[in-house]
Amino acid sequence: MSEKKIRVVIAKPGLDGHDRGAKVIARALRDAGMEIIYTGLRQTPEQIVTTAIQEDADAIGISILSGAHQFYFKRVIDLLKEKNASDILVFGGGVIPEGDVPSLLEMGAGAIFGPGTPTSTTIEWLEKAVAVKG
Amino acid sequence: MEGSVHPLTEKALNGDARSIARLISIAENRGVGPTSQGKTEGEIAALMKELYPHTGKAWVIGVTGSPGAGKSTLTDKLIEYFRATGSKVGVLAVDPSSPYTGGAILADRLRMQRHTDDSGVFMRSLATRGSLGGLSRGTREATSILDACGFDVVLIETVGVGQSEIDVMRVADTVCVVLVPGLGDDIQAMKAGIMEIADIFVINKSDKPGADRVVNEVRAVLDFLKGREWMPPIARTVAETGEGVPELGENLRAHREYAQKGEAGKTRERDRLSSKIEDILLERLSASVFRLWESRRSEILQDVLDRKLDPYSAAEMLLP
Repeated sequence: MSEKKIRVVIAKPGLDGHDRGAKVIARALRDAGMEIIYTGLRQTPEQIVTTAIQEDADAIGISILSGAHQFYFKRVIDLLKEKNASDILVFGGGVIPEGDVPSLLEMGAGAIFGPGTPTSTTIEWLEKAVAVKG
Repeated sequence: MEGSVHPLTEKALNGDARSIARLISIAENRGVGPTSQGKTEGEIAALMKELYPHTGKAWVIGVTGSPGAGKSTLTDKLIEYFRATGSKVGVLAVDPSSPYTGGAILADRLRMQRHTDDSGVFMRSLATRGSLGGLSRGTREATSILDACGFDVVLIETVGVGQSEIDVMRVADTVCVVLVPGLGDDIQAMKAGIMEIADIFVINKSDKPGADRVVNEVRAVLDFLKGREWMPPIARTVAETGEGVPELGENLRAHREYAQKGEAGKTRERDRLSSKIEDILLERLSASVFRLWESRRSEILQDVLDRKLDPYSAAEMLLP
């Protein structure tokens, strides 16, 4: 009856104001039965990490179109480490050049979903990754 | 009890945000259904037993009203108001779960996110997960957890409610019912339900046309309450700009003072604890009865189908 729900923070760091992608993914995850904490635009990495901790989120989804992904992913992942919360998964999407993906994954991002990725791919990945970490 | 404190409760009591968040999740995830096997129920009970001696200090304020009344924005302003006086503030914001998929978009934080960097504020979004009273099943426990962990004020923002979602009155010390202009005629205000649970009426968006009318309608309702010890005041606010929030704060304090001075507060706490025990009883009983039902379902169902047994006798066989 009351199964554990997957909880995901969907965040938009930095200054770009395009949140359609974030909203589309938030709705898709909601329709997959997950609980989405939507924080809105222009979040700092500190706010994103504090939100994920207070909300006891399983994952943080970062939507970014500004080109500053290297900086923001690194900062979020470092802060999670600092706060002993590295078990919170980080994934992302938006406009991220393919060439940048390996370095983000190496940094500790769980997955990067480029433009055109079907939402079902993200959902499958999340369900699996959350189940693995237990 | 000494010496055997669970590491999670110990860390939470010392203010560790992760542990507080984890405790709230355990409370939220505890199962009453046949699948949970009573595992998380037992877990949360053990933890709540350890926390109970630390509770009873927080001032729990409920903010309820219809969808779009401005509850989140008002809550944001109340966080600011109480932080200015040095109080640590916990916030529980409830949003609806989808009845179809069980998923939820929890977006109350959107309007309060500026407080995220403040270590004196802890915000948590809760999904209703099928509860119908305006709160979620874990809200009561989450309130106690924040209370025990040293938050002086706990603000509970209910899901946008209609006329009869009144669970907040069983959790909060002070209930604000937020009304806005333009939602109906004066007969709406005369109906039973949510209008009766207000300790304070807040007329939000009071810069909009029709606000005076809402105030008059509420006054007319209050006329019928004459002679009551506590007459709910009417606060006019524009949450967006913060107008009227200090006055609302004064009203809140006056209610707090009233409740603490006389018998009213004590009576309320008695009722609240009594309903809490009843909730636990119901939860435990239904969990154990359902487990029994699960294990004997096919056998009993067959007898009922064959008309060898009636549904009432079947149920009686399972009751303790």
